[in-house]
Amino acid sequence: MSSQNPVLDELTSQEYQHGFVTDIASDSFLPGLDEEVIRKLSAIKGEPEWLLEWRLKAYRHWLTMKEPTWAMVHYPAIDYQKIVYYSAPKTQKDGPKSLADVDPELLATYEKLGVPLEERAILAGVAVDAVFDSVSVATTFREKLSEMGVIFCSFSEAVKSHPELVRKYLGSVVPQGDNFFAALNSAVFSDGSFCYIPKGVTCPMELSTYFRINQANTGQFERTLIIAAEGATVSYLEGCTAPKRDTNQLHAAVVELVALDDAKIKYSTVQNWYPGDREGKGGIYNFVTKRGKCAGKRSRISWTQVETGSAITWKYPSCVLLGDDSVGEFYSVALANSFQQADTGTKMIHIGKNTRSTIVSKGISAGHGQNTYRGQVWIQKGAEGARNHSQCDSLLLGAHCGAHTFPDIQVKNSTAQLEHEASTSKIGEDQLFYCRQRGLSNEDAVSMIVNGFARRVLKELPMEFAVEAQKLLGVSLEGSVG
Amino acid sequence: MNGERGTSEKKEMTMLQIENLHARIQDDGTEILKGIDLTIRAGEVHAIMGPNGSGKSTLAHVLSGRDGYEVTAGRVLYQGKDLLAMAPEIRAREGVFLSFQYPVEIPGVANTYFLRMSLNAVRKHRGLPEIDAMDFMELIEGKAKLLEMEDALMARSVNEGFSGGEKKRNEIFQMAVLDPKLAILDETDSGLDIDALRVVATGINALRSPERAMLVITHYQRLLNYIEPDVVHVLADGRIVKTGDRTLAHLLEEKGYGWIEAEGAAAGTTAAVAKG
Repeated sequence: MSSQNPVLDELTSQEYQHGFVTDIASDSFLPGLDEEVIRKLSAIKGEPEWLLEWRLKAYRHWLTMKEPTWAMVHYPAIDYQKIVYYSAPKTQKDGPKSLADVDPELLATYEKLGVPLEERAILAGVAVDAVFDSVSVATTFREKLSEMGVIFCSFSEAVKSHPELVRKYLGSVVPQGDNFFAALNSAVFSDGSFCYIPKGVTCPMELSTYFRINQANTGQFERTLIIAAEGATVSYLEGCTAPKRDTNQLHAAVVELVALDDAKIKYSTVQNWYPGDREGKGGIYNFVTKRGKCAGKRSRISWTQVETGSAITWKYPSCVLLGDDSVGEFYSVALANSFQQADTGTKMIHIGKNTRSTIVSKGISAGHGQNTYRGQVWIQKGAEGARNHSQCDSLLLGAHCGAHTFPDIQVKNSTAQLEHEASTSKIGEDQLFYCRQRGLSNEDAVSMIVNGFARRVLKELPMEFAVEAQKLLGVSLEGSVG
Repeated sequence: MNGERGTSEKKEMTMLQIENLHARIQDDGTEILKGIDLTIRAGEVHAIMGPNGSGKSTLAHVLSGRDGYEVTAGRVLYQGKDLLAMAPEIRAREGVFLSFQYPVEIPGVANTYFLRMSLNAVRKHRGLPEIDAMDFMELIEGKAKLLEMEDALMARSVNEGFSGGEKKRNEIFQMAVLDPKLAILDETDSGLDIDALRVVATGINALRSPERAMLVITHYQRLLNYIEPDVVHVLADGRIVKTGDRTLAHLLEEKGYGWIEAEGAAAGTTAAVAKG
């Protein structure tokens, strides 16, 4: 990408204004990135030497890399020196002081989603007492979990309290140099979640990042690491249901999952970052690397995602099926409305014997939205008896949107069985009229038809999430069919 | 005539009044309806028969508000209100029900869920509280039995993978639940075997009531053996060319539509025949 060169030029030719401002009210770095920034970041977090070295190695590698251009997404060049790489939690001074200060359109959306008033305040980033309440709620759960040996804490905490686990697994699924955005994340990640389920334990509750959503202001570079030991089971929810007010913010997260023998990890996401306005101004650039390693025999990793937000989505939650008889699943609904661009899909890498994978992708395009499914199914030489079933369906609403499908299938073992089904359909005038003749408004009809289209995926979500996702699909499509 | 009997003997409310209705296809301007006059009172069942291409389905579509048609002259009053000024969903909520010739599939949306949403939209419009899932299941139980709707059919996606008969039974089942004032049945008998026809007709007959009017559109006389209409109209080339009682349907069965068309031509003006 040509945009990369000026950044590199600047990097090498100029001194940057950066540094840590000690004034509490503005507890953040100045924009810009170099090794000094990373050292400071690491020092503030009190990280051990090995982690600093790990970050620096990632950073040095990142400098040699180019931003990928193969995705079907278009956006102005990102100036990586204009990004603030560390910002302490905002205090009441910088955030909106009350709901009255928050964008009314945003509040209207929350209201439609049925988010209670108190939570609306939290989501909008208003500093209220409830924020602290929810933090303490999280702590209560954590104590209960720790009785069972489950570790669930922030990434920073895990570095301090369980350095041996972090060191063993960090980067074991997504190496520092894996791709441009993962390398950047590895260098500058601010925080995230850490989760360890010990041998034989079934986690008694859904784990969720929801409680930390108020802290999301601090970092667009989260790092999540989940390890399920032998025979352990966990269901993890990632709710990005807070549309952000900021414009064209870069969000480059990394999620790593490790499942040992007979372990099961279910990872569900409902992503609703700010998608930009109707004209395509603003919105989050969501460049995320998510990968799970079925390291053990008979292990299972299941990704379910509902992607309705972000101006750009670049995301391919994948499974490396290393253990014999391991199973990988990917269930996805991606919606692109207005000027949103979604390039998403998965990779299923079959290495072990009798490994199985299932892909169900439902893309919905409306307005000027562009929706791309990109999927790889690789059957390696040793993957005797591997099986894959892929289903990719696209639904178009209106005449100005697009749906694109790029399946990549490589088979190196003749015993493999693969099936790929794909369909593209337009939301039918017939369907809309049928619904309206039964008394439903145009908008309710669209919402119903779209939810029906996505049902196969939505039913994979935990109950409360499914309800939220359904409403979200409806809200996100409002006004898209007239 | 039956139509006149309505006004003279009983003081039934006029449900639908179509006056000089002209409509054409929006895309190419082809005129399909060329001056329809028709009055239906509450409690009456009118049949509209006619050969293919005579405008039967267009009439159903224009009355229910489907896109793609342009009304160029005339007016339609429904319970005294301007029907053509209403959006399709408002017509539905006001009590106009169309049983589709080709019921539409909606994958992933459960039949009962769809119908409950629909019923609640209608109830809301009528100032009634929304009905919850439990009460709804109770409400539909008897109606489902009437139309021989098995539980499996109720749980499946709307019309998806339904047989022709199941689709039509589902339409009449919806009608039974939504309790419309004016039911337009568009070729409800098409694609039905004799058993399915009997079930559908039984359902329709059970829904006949002094408060409800029905407009039964059909190509064949067959359906009218089961649903006896008060009035039969013959539609040809966008006009009602003959109106009579149910014996007219038998005559048509015997002589075919050619007979009407020939007679219409001989009479010089079809409108005169229609008003007979």
